[in-house]
Amino acid sequence: MSFGRACLVALLFVFALCVGHTAARAATVDEALAHFTADDFDQTEIGINEVAASGNPRAEIILRALQNGQLMFSAARKAVYIQDDSGKLVDAATGQAIADPSPDDLDNVRINNRLRGTIDAALGTLTLLSKNPATRYKAAQAVFKSHEPSALPTLEKAIAQEADNSVKQAMEQARAAILLNMPGVSDAQKLAAIAVLRDRGDQDALALLSDLPARESPTVAHAALDAIHAIQARLAEWDAVQNAWYGVSLGSVLLLAAIGLAITFGVMGVINMAHGEMVMLGAYVTFAVQEAIRGYDPALFDYSLAIAIPLAFLFSGIVGILIERSIIRFLYGRPLETLLATWGLSLVLQQAVRTIFGADNRNVGNPSFMSGAFNLGGITVTNNRLWIVCFALVVFVALIGILRFTRLGLEMRAVTQNRAMAASMGIRTSRIDALTFGLGSGIAGIAGVALSQIDNVSPNLGQGYIIDSFMVVVFGGVGNLWGTFVGSFLLGIANKFLEPYAGAVLGKITILVLIILFIQKRPRGLFALKGRAVEA
Amino acid sequence: MKVQERLEIKEAAAMAAFERTLLFIEGVTVSFDGFRALNNLSLSVEPGEMRAIIGPNGAGKTTMMDVVTGKTRPDKGAIIFDQKHDLARLDEAEIALLGIGRKFQKPTVFDSHTVFDNIELALKADRRARATLFWKESANESRSVEELLKTVRLSALRDRLAGSLSHGQKQWLEIGMLLAQDPKLLLVDEPAAGMTDAETRQTAELLREINREHTVIVVEHDMAFVRELGVKVTCLHEGSVLAEGSIDDVSTNERVVEVYLGR
Amino acid sequence: MTHAATHPLIRSLDRGAVLFVAAMATIAVAVPVLNLAVPPTSALHVSTYLVALFGKYACYALLALSIDLIWGYCGILSLGHGAFFALGGYAMGMYLMRQIGTRGVYANPILPDFMVFLNWHELPFAWYGFQHFAYAALMVVLVPGALAFVFGWFAFRSRVTGVYLSIITQALTYALMLGFFRNNFGFGGNNGLTDFKDILGFKVEAETTRAALFSISCLAVILGFFVCRTVVSSKLGKVLIAIRDAEARTRFLGYRVESYKLFVFTLSACIAGIAGALYVPQVGIINPSEFAPGNSIEEVIWVAIGGRGTLAGAAIGAVLVNYAKTYFTSGILAPYWLYILGGLFIAVTVLLPRGIVGSLLHWTALRRDRASAAAEEGVAEPLPAE
Repeated sequence: MSFGRACLVALLFVFALCVGHTAARAATVDEALAHFTADDFDQTEIGINEVAASGNPRAEIILRALQNGQLMFSAARKAVYIQDDSGKLVDAATGQAIADPSPDDLDNVRINNRLRGTIDAALGTLTLLSKNPATRYKAAQAVFKSHEPSALPTLEKAIAQEADNSVKQAMEQARAAILLNMPGVSDAQKLAAIAVLRDRGDQDALALLSDLPARESPTVAHAALDAIHAIQARLAEWDAVQNAWYGVSLGSVLLLAAIGLAITFGVMGVINMAHGEMVMLGAYVTFAVQEAIRGYDPALFDYSLAIAIPLAFLFSGIVGILIERSIIRFLYGRPLETLLATWGLSLVLQQAVRTIFGADNRNVGNPSFMSGAFNLGGITVTNNRLWIVCFALVVFVALIGILRFTRLGLEMRAVTQNRAMAASMGIRTSRIDALTFGLGSGIAGIAGVALSQIDNVSPNLGQGYIIDSFMVVVFGGVGNLWGTFVGSFLLGIANKFLEPYAGAVLGKITILVLIILFIQKRPRGLFALKGRAVEA
Repeated sequence: MKVQERLEIKEAAAMAAFERTLLFIEGVTVSFDGFRALNNLSLSVEPGEMRAIIGPNGAGKTTMMDVVTGKTRPDKGAIIFDQKHDLARLDEAEIALLGIGRKFQKPTVFDSHTVFDNIELALKADRRARATLFWKESANESRSVEELLKTVRLSALRDRLAGSLSHGQKQWLEIGMLLAQDPKLLLVDEPAAGMTDAETRQTAELLREINREHTVIVVEHDMAFVRELGVKVTCLHEGSVLAEGSIDDVSTNERVVEVYLGR
Repeated sequence: MTHAATHPLIRSLDRGAVLFVAAMATIAVAVPVLNLAVPPTSALHVSTYLVALFGKYACYALLALSIDLIWGYCGILSLGHGAFFALGGYAMGMYLMRQIGTRGVYANPILPDFMVFLNWHELPFAWYGFQHFAYAALMVVLVPGALAFVFGWFAFRSRVTGVYLSIITQALTYALMLGFFRNNFGFGGNNGLTDFKDILGFKVEAETTRAALFSISCLAVILGFFVCRTVVSSKLGKVLIAIRDAEARTRFLGYRVESYKLFVFTLSACIAGIAGALYVPQVGIINPSEFAPGNSIEEVIWVAIGGRGTLAGAAIGAVLVNYAKTYFTSGILAPYWLYILGGLFIAVTVLLPRGIVGSLLHWTALRRDRASAAAEEGVAEPLPAE
């Protein structure tokens, strides 16, 4: 008999012992519960496994009680009880309330961290046989995480009778996780397990495989290494997808911040350095709305953004119109002076908000539908980012619609293309100027509502966006909304793809330098207008 | 490679014609976002000639000037100046230094400089930055400026800021600046626009005077003014030449009447 | 106006210019004398605190001159001139850091403290040579100048003008700020360079050194003013104004607009660098916040308030605004300073586009014109174009 076979036999023996504790003889609940009265962790562990294996309908209740510290025992009576929240005792095995008074030596069945793991696995095993596929799926995943060997027999049973493919797959993965961490498993079984994990191909699978090459036989080690490489390659692909998503997400933020500017700067040619402050005002409107809701009717909290959006549009829009009427209209045709005046205005607005709301960050909450995240393939998508991407697209489409299909849009385009001609057609150009500026500012306010969900709401909120927004508009091509659209997403994605290599700050610097170089090459941006219109 | 070879002029007659030109435009096309401002335009001007270019709005008159002066690059075609310089490859300053002056449709002078300084800046001299930093005015230059001021009838206003001149005075100042450049070819864009009848007549006279020493191309809308000039006329339409000849020939041409003059 | 051929250096000094130079020279001598020679008990004594403060103002005035040179005369609105100022400051700061030597906290003879703190073992290449004052002085001019030259060469050649230029200059200083904030950029990160000990062997903190630095700063303002005057009153200066008023016309006259812009932009950056270098030893610190875009815009408003295209006005504007800033931010009025600064931006652009000195010049010119040529129709001097 070779050494290897000796080992194998030895391992199988140990394996049999392990399994023997639980599955080899299905103890009754009463027998199993007896272990809990010993007040000994090893005994308790045996008890847990036996309860789980008993097949008794109360097994889950007992284990949960144990988990929550509600399982009590009396050493004197050799009895186990469950104590509910109100302090009443019921018999653990039957669920009957006990008639006689509580025993004097009543005590918790103590558990430690190791036992908590055992309980989790045992509960996992129990629910593997549940009637509800979702519960079974969850249980399979729990077993996968714990890869507790004691779950194996139940798992095998569950796999054998599982009809749902996705649940079955999860169970097989759980089995593979157990097999790879259990002594005494044949190479063939391990290879099969590795293949299963390789198909799963996520970080968890990678973690399970990572130490195999060091401790397994060459064949298994080789297969594990192979699988690790395959998984890493796949994860890298998913990483790229995740980066692209982050890029889209950043792009949508840039789009929101820049789109109002695309109107005031791109269409009207007004350099509004206080644009960021219009965004900031929108964010503070959101804050004010939420404060009001907290004060009057907290139930409305989930609608706070829906209420804030029109208010922010109106508020920023009206502020914008006031600015246009009181300052900017005196500076038409003097872009550099407009730039300086609006910069001064941005200082005043920031300071005003600082005086009213204080210089600290204000807490703007996420409505419930915007919190949380979900997995899509190998990437994680947070709900608030997803909503913001959708929102940015909606705002963009709405703006295009306004410009193309409304009377205001028509008059706006007429005024920007030929002011004198528009005036002679009876369009009140100064009114259109004010409304256009108000529209751009109002959209900035809406952007502020969205940005309040992902950024700190402080008086400096707008400052962080102003340079980026100008870069987007100039990069995309002034006077072209689609340019702004493409520009913001291009810059967003480029930024996120550079970040892993260059770091966040250096990535940003790189992008800035690239844009500066790009503007040298194409001073009119990606989608430049050509011809005589440019000179106007 | 010489310009003639690149143009692939093969016939002797064509070659001879080419050798008579000061400005030779061949097959020039310029498009803006799909719109063809110039469409296969061919045109030539001989030395010493004065040529009037007419055409409806959007016919490509201003674009033609842009192409000749280097402001716009043609997509296709050749623009040869003085039979040796390919203008399509040069920028505005280089073209100006070859001896092509341009007057804009809207008079553009240097508002915060005096009339005298405006002319002096235009005077033929070393245009490099270092030369201008260490430049000292010579008596010769001062005299030339005074003479030019006399030509454009602005001597009395020599120390006035150009920004304070009337529209017509600015037009003349700009023409004076062009003359100061002493160009071989002068491009003048709608010199009579916005002028009174008297000013228009004086301007026509001024242009004829200039034409004694310089080749001139005038773009003009005002038919009376063109008639006053009494020179060969080219009518542009949709970016190419519609008709060419004396004012009488062109104004009776069927197609010109149709697209431009109206019936 | 005479057109007599005078020497360019003489031509540059008209009456106002002479007045400005004389005033600066007087201050350059008087303030140190009142600080050092007059006993502190006297009413005429100028405290060392004020000397340092005035020295700072002088540096700002020089910076304002450099901005006025390009904005007032050539129409180039740089929103990134703070970057050139800061680069000059960093060059000087690096010299001062290397002078600390073993007196630093870690007593490393070669490496400045922050490098020891970051566990660096070798001096980064960029720091070589900065132990020599002459080299550092050269870099003060060369680094901002070279950056301006390269940046300008790209920008002006591709005809980036107007607000586009303003925005990318702003992006330039923003990118530099982000870079200098990083520790591994090698210039002290967040904290910048500070704790200077001595300059050319003199104690930085000493009263005499401060007085000398003040006088040198005033002298630099005078020299800077003289250089700018010489440039703007030459024919080159006329071309610059021509470019400002009608760039296309200037091109069609055959001037290479980009060369002129590049020359004046680079010169301006060099002057700004010198201003920064004089600033650092007087305030005792240089850190990345000097690159903040807000600073650069504020600098532009000094010029606007003083009057662009007047040089002397720019310097006066710088001193006035900064005096107001010192006054307001040190007292109980601190929360209102930003309202005032913001208000100044708006008021000066909407109500006083010529600035203080510009408006004064304009009014006197108007009065003189009315007096001399009563018969002629009113001469309206045009607004300086963008």
